Amino acid sequence: MKKNPLSMHIDVDAFIPATAEEKKYLVQMRESSTFFRDGARRLRKNKVAMFSLIVIVLIILSSIILPMFWPYSYEEQLGVRPGKRVDPSFNNLSPFEYGTTEQARIDAGESVFPHIFGTDSAGRDYFIRVVYGTRISLSVGFFASIIVLIIGLVVGSIAGYFGGKLDLIIMRIVDIIYSLPDTLMVILLAAILRVTLGNRLEGTALESIGSNILSLFIIFALLYWVSMARLVRGQILSLKEEEYVLSAKATGAKGGWIIRKHLLPNSISVIIISTALQIPSAIFTESYLSFLGLGVNAPMPSLGSLASDALNGINSYAYRLVIPAIAISLIVLSLNLLGDGLRDAFDPKLNR
Amino acid sequence: MSSKTLFYILKRVVLALVTVLIVISITFFAMHAIPGGPFLGEKAVSPAVLEALEAKYGLDKPLFEQYTTYLKGIVLDFDFGPSLKQRGMMVIDIIMDGLKTSIRLGVIAAAIALAFGLVLGSIASLRRNTLIDRFIMVVTTAFVSMPSFIMGTLLLLVFAVKLAIVPANGSTPAGMIMPIITLSLYPMAYITRLTRSSMLDVLGQDYIRTARAKGVSYPGIIGGHALKNAIIPVITYFGPMLAYIVTGSLVVERIFAVPGIGRAFVNSITGRDYPLIMGTTIILASLIVLMNLLGDIMYKLVDPRISFE
Repeated sequence: MKKNPLSMHIDVDAFIPATAEEKKYLVQMRESSTFFRDGARRLRKNKVAMFSLIVIVLIILSSIILPMFWPYSYEEQLGVRPGKRVDPSFNNLSPFEYGTTEQARIDAGESVFPHIFGTDSAGRDYFIRVVYGTRISLSVGFFASIIVLIIGLVVGSIAGYFGGKLDLIIMRIVDIIYSLPDTLMVILLAAILRVTLGNRLEGTALESIGSNILSLFIIFALLYWVSMARLVRGQILSLKEEEYVLSAKATGAKGGWIIRKHLLPNSISVIIISTALQIPSAIFTESYLSFLGLGVNAPMPSLGSLASDALNGINSYAYRLVIPAIAISLIVLSLNLLGDGLRDAFDPKLNR
Repeated sequence: MSSKTLFYILKRVVLALVTVLIVISITFFAMHAIPGGPFLGEKAVSPAVLEALEAKYGLDKPLFEQYTTYLKGIVLDFDFGPSLKQRGMMVIDIIMDGLKTSIRLGVIAAAIALAFGLVLGSIASLRRNTLIDRFIMVVTTAFVSMPSFIMGTLLLLVFAVKLAIVPANGSTPAGMIMPIITLSLYPMAYITRLTRSSMLDVLGQDYIRTARAKGVSYPGIIGGHALKNAIIPVITYFGPMLAYIVTGSLVVERIFAVPGIGRAFVNSITGRDYPLIMGTTIILASLIVLMNLLGDIMYKLVDPRISFE
C-alpha cells in the first residue's frame, strides 16, 4: 500500500516497547575511552618503553632510598677519625676489601658493611658516591627541564597569543640565541658564573646547592628555553586556526569546553613529551660540564665528575670509570626510549 | 645561479656575521662580569704582562671603549691579547698552534663518518629487515645515545690500557687513531640512520620504478638515482656534524691528551687564563657558525627544489 506522505496516519508498530534483544543493540560494547586512557594503553603495549620506565623507576627509587640507610655517607672519608692520624689503608680499596681497623673488627667477630665498589682515593665509599651522583644528575636534569618548561611556556604563549610586534621581537631574540653555538656558550658561562657566583652565595640559603649547580640552572634558563618557546608558540598559532576549533565554535561550544577538549589534549602532550626528552639532554649537559671540571662543587659527586676523576687512575682502577659510565648511558638511553614511547603513545598527530 | 639564490646566500652571510659579533660581545661583557675583569682578576699576573695590557686596552678607560679596542684588535689583525699563564705567548699563536692539530683530527673524523655512514646506511636500506640491517640499527642506536666522553674513556680503557694496541697519548700520529675513531662514531651512526631512512623513502618513489622498468642496471639505479637523491638530508647534517666535532674535540682531546685547541680551551678554563678563554670561544664559535653557513649554502645549491621563502 502506498502511503501518502502528508497523511497523519501513524504506524502503531513504532510505539511498541523494545524487546530485551533489541535493546542490546544500543548498549555500548566498550566504555568510552578518554584521550589519556588511550595513550596509557598504547604506552603499556610498548614493551621497550615499559622496560625503560621500570629501569628509570628503579634507578630513581634506589637513588632516593639507598642513601637513607646506607652506613656510609658520600663525603665521609673513612680513614679520617677525629683525634687520630689519617689511616691510609682506607684509600683506594678494591671492591669488598676493608681498611685495617675494619679488618680488625671483622676478625673480632663483628660484622662490617662491605664496600661494594671499594673506596676512592680519599677513602670514601664508592658505591654511595655513585648512588648519590645518580641522584644529583637526575635532579639536575629534572629541575633544569622544569625551568626550561616554565620559561618556554610563558614566553612562547605570550608571543603566540599577542602576536604582532611583540611576537616579532621575541622571535628575533629566539633566533639569535638559537644560532649561538650552545655548548661553547654553556662552557663560557659556566666558567664565568663559577667565579662570580661563588663569593656572593656565602651565607645564603642557596649555598648548600653550590654555585656550580646554580650556574647550570641559570645557563638553562638563559639558553635552552628557546626551542620550547618556539614549540609552544607554534602550537598556539596552529591550534587557533584548526578547523575543529572553528567547528566546535560553530556548534556553540563554550570557551572552557574548547580549551579542555581541543586545545589542551592537542598541545599538552607535545609539550610534556618535549619536556621529558629535555631531561636526558640536561643530564647529558651536566655530565659533560662535570667532566670538563665545571660541574658540581666537590665533594659533591655527579656521574660526570666521578667519570672525570676516574680518568686519572684509569690504569689501576678501571671499574671506577666503567660504573658511572654505565649509569649515565643507562639513564640517558632509557629516558630517551621512554620519551620516544611517550611520543608514539600520546602524540595525536601520529595516531592516524 | 639565480639572483634569488644569491640574495639568500648574502642574507645568510650577513646573519652569520651578526651571530659572530654577538658571540664576541657576549664573551667580552660576560668576562668583564668577573670581579676585576678578565685581565686584572688574577693576582699572579706578571708586571710585564700587566703593563702590556695596560698599554693596549687602557684598563682605566670606560668599558665600552675597551670593547671597541678589543673588537678592533680582533677584526684588524686577529689580536686577542697576551696569555696570562703562558709567559710571552700571544693568545692567537696558542690557538693557531692547537688548531692545526684539531683541524686535521676533525677533517679525518668527518671524512670517515661520511664514508662509513653512507655505505652502512645504504647497505641497511637495501637489505631491509635482514640480520645485517638489524645489527647496524642496534649498534648505531647505542652509539647515538652514548655521550662522547663516555665513548672516549671506554675506548681508551679497552684499546689503550687493557689491550695496549694503540698509545694512550694523542700527540703522535699513531695516538691520533683513537681520538679520530671516537670523534667519528657519533656522526657516523647518525649519518647511517639518516641515509637508511632517506634511502628507504627514495627507493619507494616512482622514478626508481621507472628506471627499473626501462632496464637501468642495479648499480645504475642505486648510484645514479637513489643515492643522488637520498644524500640531500645528509647534506643538511653537514653543519651540525662539524659543530659536534668541534665541541666533541674538547673532551676527546682531554681524554687522549691530544695537543689541540680543545685541550688548550679546557686547560685555559681550569687555569683561569681569561684572554685565552675569550679567544678560543670566539674562534671556535666563528668556526661553528661558518660550518653551519657552508652547510646551508651547499644544501641550497645541491637541491634546486628547496625554496627558503
